[in-house]
Amino acid sequence: MSDELNNKSGYQTQSSETMNEYSGTAVGDMDYVRPAEVAEQDLYHGHTFLTKWVFCQDAKVIGVQYFLTAVFTGIVGLILSWLMRLQLGFPGLAGFMTAEHYYQFVTMHGMIMVVYFLTALFLGGFGNYLIPLMVGARDMVFPYVNMLSFWMFFVAVAVLMASFFVPGGPTGSGWTLYPPQAILEGTPGSGAGILLMLISLSLFVIGFTMGGLNYLITVLQARTRGMTLMRMPLTVWGIFTATVLAMLAFPALLVSSIMMTLDKVLGTSFFMPTILKAGEVLEYGGGSPILFQHLFWFFGHPEVYIVALPAFGIVSDLISVHSRKNIFGYRMMVWAIVGIGALSFFVWAHHMYVSGMNPWFGFFFATTTLIIAVPTAMKVYNWILTLWRGNIRINTVMLWCLGFIVTFVNGGITGIFLGNVSVDVPLSDTYFVIAHFHMVMGIAPLMVIMGAVYHWFPLVAGRMLDEGLGKLHFWITFLGAYSIYFPMHYLGFIGVPRRYFEMYDSPYMTSAVGMNEFISIAAFIVGAAQFILIYNIIKTLKTGKPAGKNPWKANSLEWHTSTVPPEHGNFGERLPVVHRWPYDYSVPGAKDDFIAQTTPPSEVVNTEVEKT
Amino acid sequence: MSEQKIADYDFKPGFKGMAHDTGSDQTMFKGVHWGKAMMWIFLLSDTFVFSCFLISYMKGRASTPVEWPNPSEVFALDAFGVPVPLLLIAIMTFVLITSSGTMALAVKYGYEKNRKMCGWLVLATALGGLTFVGMQAFEWSKLIHEGVRPWENPFGAAQFGSFFFMITGFHGTHVSIGVIFLFIYAYKVFAGHYENGKRGWFTSMKGDYVEIEILGLYWHFVDLVWVFIFAFFYLW
Repeated sequence: MSDELNNKSGYQTQSSETMNEYSGTAVGDMDYVRPAEVAEQDLYHGHTFLTKWVFCQDAKVIGVQYFLTAVFTGIVGLILSWLMRLQLGFPGLAGFMTAEHYYQFVTMHGMIMVVYFLTALFLGGFGNYLIPLMVGARDMVFPYVNMLSFWMFFVAVAVLMASFFVPGGPTGSGWTLYPPQAILEGTPGSGAGILLMLISLSLFVIGFTMGGLNYLITVLQARTRGMTLMRMPLTVWGIFTATVLAMLAFPALLVSSIMMTLDKVLGTSFFMPTILKAGEVLEYGGGSPILFQHLFWFFGHPEVYIVALPAFGIVSDLISVHSRKNIFGYRMMVWAIVGIGALSFFVWAHHMYVSGMNPWFGFFFATTTLIIAVPTAMKVYNWILTLWRGNIRINTVMLWCLGFIVTFVNGGITGIFLGNVSVDVPLSDTYFVIAHFHMVMGIAPLMVIMGAVYHWFPLVAGRMLDEGLGKLHFWITFLGAYSIYFPMHYLGFIGVPRRYFEMYDSPYMTSAVGMNEFISIAAFIVGAAQFILIYNIIKTLKTGKPAGKNPWKANSLEWHTSTVPPEHGNFGERLPVVHRWPYDYSVPGAKDDFIAQTTPPSEVVNTEVEKT
Repeated sequence: MSEQKIADYDFKPGFKGMAHDTGSDQTMFKGVHWGKAMMWIFLLSDTFVFSCFLISYMKGRASTPVEWPNPSEVFALDAFGVPVPLLLIAIMTFVLITSSGTMALAVKYGYEKNRKMCGWLVLATALGGLTFVGMQAFEWSKLIHEGVRPWENPFGAAQFGSFFFMITGFHGTHVSIGVIFLFIYAYKVFAGHYENGKRGWFTSMKGDYVEIEILGLYWHFVDLVWVFIFAFFYLW
């Protein structure tokens, strides 16, 4: 396997035996890598259709299963957003749209996109596919648990979708599900809808925990020979750190779901204060609604970084590969990812400035929130410095990366507005907030997902996606997304409140009506443009250009498998041995403009490569 | 760590050495079984679950407008006509902590490949856990008999029953899951699955005595959580 791969990359191989066997000695042999600590992984190979494609224990298949399920829920979320925009841009045009439906669509759109789409796609989809390949493992460390993880997620999605069909429909309490209103009569879906939502979230957390343990232990304990922590691709760092966050943040979601379920079903009053309804005192009393908000946002804020950190990691790799340059400040990037992850646990109450908590809390959380801007800005500078004087290929992948940087900086800057208490108070619950978080954790990570799909599709399917369609897809999405969210900042400044079904005869209506129509039309176009990708994938699977090995001339291990697409076990007979980081691009004097991670030092001649 | 033999790896002393070992290739925790590492991280996550429960309890208890019931009266048990506060809880705690001891011994005998002793000790641990769950069921039924419900109770704040049943129930579920696994593992030890490397029925992975230690980690964790629940519910 290694002969083939090294010939491909243009290097003469010495005998592959010295590279892979433990025959070298520590002194003298420059290619020496110490022997494996752990025995070869015991893999279960499926034989039937059921064990090969349905209840499959191969992380790559599980990754694709996660991906497809997440994309399915994402399309549901997209359709819901169309319906919302239809109502906001052209009130009354859709006859069936009542205020109740509108709230249900808002809620389901939010929850689907944040949890069931982005989280599942980044960690379940890309995490499963890429982690074992990138760290040089044969599979995830607990393939059986990994398989259960996907099916638990699948059940969670099924329960969530079932809530569309129960009496009363899905919950309409907003994606934050704030009690007391979430479970009180009068809120749409306060019966079966909210219950199914809470059950689905609990199942999601359980399923994710099983997957998350796999991602973490695979990164910590199952790397291949020579793969030190500081030789891991940033994609792995991003997904790893995000998984740590998820393992510590999802417990709060699980606990709040359990407590609210008990409030709903058993009539406990964890989150329920004394409530007067139409002059009548309800049976609840003595609980604390703010407690729910604290629990929810203790999950909710790290959740933002659970989505953002994998995007940071992936985009770093894509930018490096497609500008043929090493990532600028690798160690700084790693520490920025870890630092952002750690800080994200100390900022949650910036979502609660208007909740009535102690004002000193606001001061504390504004400070921590603004501190996060420091490592984040470092990362942005490093992306730009990676591009600077690089040999940039303006292909579809690079376009998505550039789109990411622009939208992310845009959303990040409005985040600095909202992180300050005094600026947030007048802007909270307006369209400014909608614009901010869609820019920073909607559009920006989505750009990375699209870039990653165009980048890794050749590995997964063995065929290159169509560049022309890809560029069309990008430009419509990029310009369209700006057309949607840029005007929303203005709507927020003039005070248009979010989550309103319609504005009735308020003075906002006159100045906002044209803008809302424009935004809605842009939203329809952008949504429809996403189907270009689906068409592109179907077309490519049938008639696409074969990708061959390593079409992007990348260094990291996933491109250096024995077969493309990689089979179960990933690396053929022998696991790869790693000699360097994955960013040796355009090394002066080197034969090629890339030196794969598996290339031993003795084969890199006539050049000085920094030891990594 | 230094006494471990990892092929051709020098463990280095001090903080710098720790950073070096942590960032080295292949494994971060040298010589640690994958399953053990997994269990530790799962327990860290589970710690957050219980922390969220207990912090919510503290917040709920602090902010309820009605007075909190007096635990030494509510949890008292009549022994020979004299109400003894916390009698049952003391016995429950004793049983559970003892089962932690038998678990630790089971791990020791497991690694010594002493099949009989290991099996009996795992079984003893399972029975200890079962006794605990049984006594908890008794305590629940006693409180329910006295009119304590998740939504109300005759002694004071309604949240007392809510938190009590939720948190002890969640912990009891953990104990019950542990007991089920202990029985299964006891069977596997006696049947020799950890010596002949028989493959698991579900996972098709080879058995090894390290599984006893992994389950032991879980069991000790569940006992440790009980100590906190004990302190927060019965002593506060």
